[in-house]
Amino acid sequence: MPEKDPRDAVITGIGLVSPIADGISEHYRLLAAGERVRPPVDADTYAPFPVHPITEIDLSTQIPRRGDQRQMENWQRYGTYAAGLALTDAGIAGESEILERTNLIVAAGGGERDASVDGDIVQGWRDAPDPGAFLNERLGSDLRPTLFLAQLSNLLAGNISIVHHVTGSSRTFMGEELGGATTLETAWRQIRAGQNDVFLVGGAYNAVRYDMVVFLAMSQGLWQGADVPDIWNRTGQQGGMVPGSMGAFLVLESRDHAEARGARIYARIEDVVTDRGARDGSERFQSRIERQLGRLDAAAGDAPIGLLSATSGVPAALAAERTMLDRITADRTAYVRGTGTVLGHGMEAQMPAAVALAAATLGEGSFYPPFAQAEIEAAATDTPSTVAVTGWGAWRGESLTVLSADNE
Amino acid sequence: MSSATHDEKGRPIVAITGLGVVTSLGQGKDDNWAALTAGTSGIRRISRFPVEGLRTTVAGAVDFIELDEFSAPALTETLAVMAGEEALAQAGMPTSDTFPGPLFIAVPPVELEWRQRLALFEAGKAGEGWHRMLDGAQHGDWVEMYRTFSFAGIEERVADRFGTQGAPISLTTACASGATSIQLGVEAIRRGDCETALCLAADGSVHPETVVRFSLLSALSAQNDPPEKASKPFSKNRDGFVVAEGGGAFVLESLEHARARGAEVLAIVKGCGERADDFHRTRSKPDGSSIIGVFRDALKDADLTEADIDYVNAHGTATPENDKMEYLALAAVFGDALAAIPVSSNKSMIGHTITAAGAVEAVFSVLSLRTGRLPPTINYDEPDPTIPLDVVPHVARDVPIRTVMSNSFGFGGQNVALIFAAEPF
Repeated sequence: MPEKDPRDAVITGIGLVSPIADGISEHYRLLAAGERVRPPVDADTYAPFPVHPITEIDLSTQIPRRGDQRQMENWQRYGTYAAGLALTDAGIAGESEILERTNLIVAAGGGERDASVDGDIVQGWRDAPDPGAFLNERLGSDLRPTLFLAQLSNLLAGNISIVHHVTGSSRTFMGEELGGATTLETAWRQIRAGQNDVFLVGGAYNAVRYDMVVFLAMSQGLWQGADVPDIWNRTGQQGGMVPGSMGAFLVLESRDHAEARGARIYARIEDVVTDRGARDGSERFQSRIERQLGRLDAAAGDAPIGLLSATSGVPAALAAERTMLDRITADRTAYVRGTGTVLGHGMEAQMPAAVALAAATLGEGSFYPPFAQAEIEAAATDTPSTVAVTGWGAWRGESLTVLSADNE
Repeated sequence: MSSATHDEKGRPIVAITGLGVVTSLGQGKDDNWAALTAGTSGIRRISRFPVEGLRTTVAGAVDFIELDEFSAPALTETLAVMAGEEALAQAGMPTSDTFPGPLFIAVPPVELEWRQRLALFEAGKAGEGWHRMLDGAQHGDWVEMYRTFSFAGIEERVADRFGTQGAPISLTTACASGATSIQLGVEAIRRGDCETALCLAADGSVHPETVVRFSLLSALSAQNDPPEKASKPFSKNRDGFVVAEGGGAFVLESLEHARARGAEVLAIVKGCGERADDFHRTRSKPDGSSIIGVFRDALKDADLTEADIDYVNAHGTATPENDKMEYLALAAVFGDALAAIPVSSNKSMIGHTITAAGAVEAVFSVLSLRTGRLPPTINYDEPDPTIPLDVVPHVARDVPIRTVMSNSFGFGGQNVALIFAAEPF
């Protein structure tokens, strides 16, 4: 275990809302209890494609002004809500001196579209005498200005600044799952290098939206049918992903900053490794896996580890990730859990959500019992002080985040 | 603390060794600079799609590039690659496959467009409206289209094209995105993560919905005739920006690395300032405190004082709100000295290239440093008396400068200022 360093990046606040629970404590309680936890399934709205809707939440607890709520679409509400939870959990909500130098990095996707406007336009277009004029007229009369603002990807960050007064720098990354990982990586690198002390990073995703389901259906990556198997067991179909609505944010601080204000430290980030490239069994593909394995060994030694895989369940992506997971489990004791079984897949929010679960269990000095009935998810016989989070994106991009307990 | 290769704060000095640009004025620095310093407008009536019924019918579209079929991701990627190739060639680096550092790329949020939605609808066999689109997605092979319009699609393809290292970062900070891509590169080099970074920004998204959306926010000029007169930064009769397209590219290197390989150093990135506003989704804090803070942060980061800034390449969108607030903040920071600082807006000629603007205008800022020529603010026929700036009206001005500040502000409270400096460093 590396020595503690004042420039360590530590996690001091977690905000997580998902299909199964509201808040990190409730997530931890559910998942640590050893009972079977599965997210609710809406198999009807976008049949044959199931989605996991978010659990019931009272937005007004984190977004008190109705006017602010009205200016957002659901993905922004979930994200702004989760950001508030993280700031509150870190004890810096309302602390203007800290918030003014808190740097925001958000992983975001595109904005939600109006299903009825889009549906009416495609329906009416064919019969319109002048399709170009028809489109201009319908867009001009049917689009709402507020909706446009809700569609701008950086407006999740904008809303977080307005509602929670986080006003250091503000960046929005767009690389899907990899974008979620690079929010963590960028914050971790800046803290390690002494460029900044406090970050709020994360992402949000709304699975219950027509445009996203149509788009993901085009990828052939979605699971079909009301029966949703555990993430490892989605075989026999072309796809495997079941989108899940979630918001996941983390407060990251330098150790000296966190300790100076007496903050609770859940875990420290040892390493974040990100990359991309063809998943073709080539030498380059193998070398990317070797790089992750090497960095994991450097951070964890040969001690047992917990491993949260944030795989989407899309077969080709899971196969690539399994190539690496199988190497890890062959080399060392690793207790693997697939977060997709309990949360669904939250795209940009997926990596922050998995890291949130990893930090929570390290903070509790424990590790989760298996999430799924699967050979890869063995029960833990001891408590690992390192948890790795892996995630090979549904079609591209991969990351490894290594966290360790900070209590020894 | 400062040395030949490190700044007063002990950080590696970040050099610019390659620049690339594409706008409605043309491809490449030479054509753009000639047109821009001649006061030429690239704003034209939109010809890409029917404009019947639209309040705004002009744009600074890049319409001289042949694409098999227009889509925002296709044009954006093309613009990014064109600008990137020019920058790499200038830096004396291979223009494909082997860039030895990371990629930071600002791109507009892309999504399926109407052509694709219609294709899905037509492929559907059951249901109405969006239900039929969902059905259509299950008939036929849409995987390539999915990847084209995917949020990670452009970064994935451009990273392969240039052979950049590791995970690329594609980003959006709305109209400040281009400046943010440069900031990310500067930060990575300063902390020693890499010796060189490729920072790109591109936007090729002039399509009907873009125009309608910005119109609904009352952000666009509706003075369509003549098109070249529509963009009027700092004028009394300004009535909004003109949406436009473009691409900008920077090859950044540690000064040490650039000198060691004998590259020509074009300028250095002296400092960056950034703050998020928490007042309103489309407007700045009325007291300008966020933008004022950005200017001061940039000066502090650059170890410069107000007196050291020779020229400001303004955000200058020509919306009533932006130009007023930008002046207010400049006046607050620079005080009486502001009267002697030229402040011009490239957008009077190229329009607002949105995602690309911060990088495109940063390229022009560096060209001003290199040539001692300041591009004018055209269409300055009715000066706004409440904005008493020296906007370099109508014609370019030759004045040697050693520093320039380039401003970028975006919806969502995004505020960035970059300061570039010429030799000696």
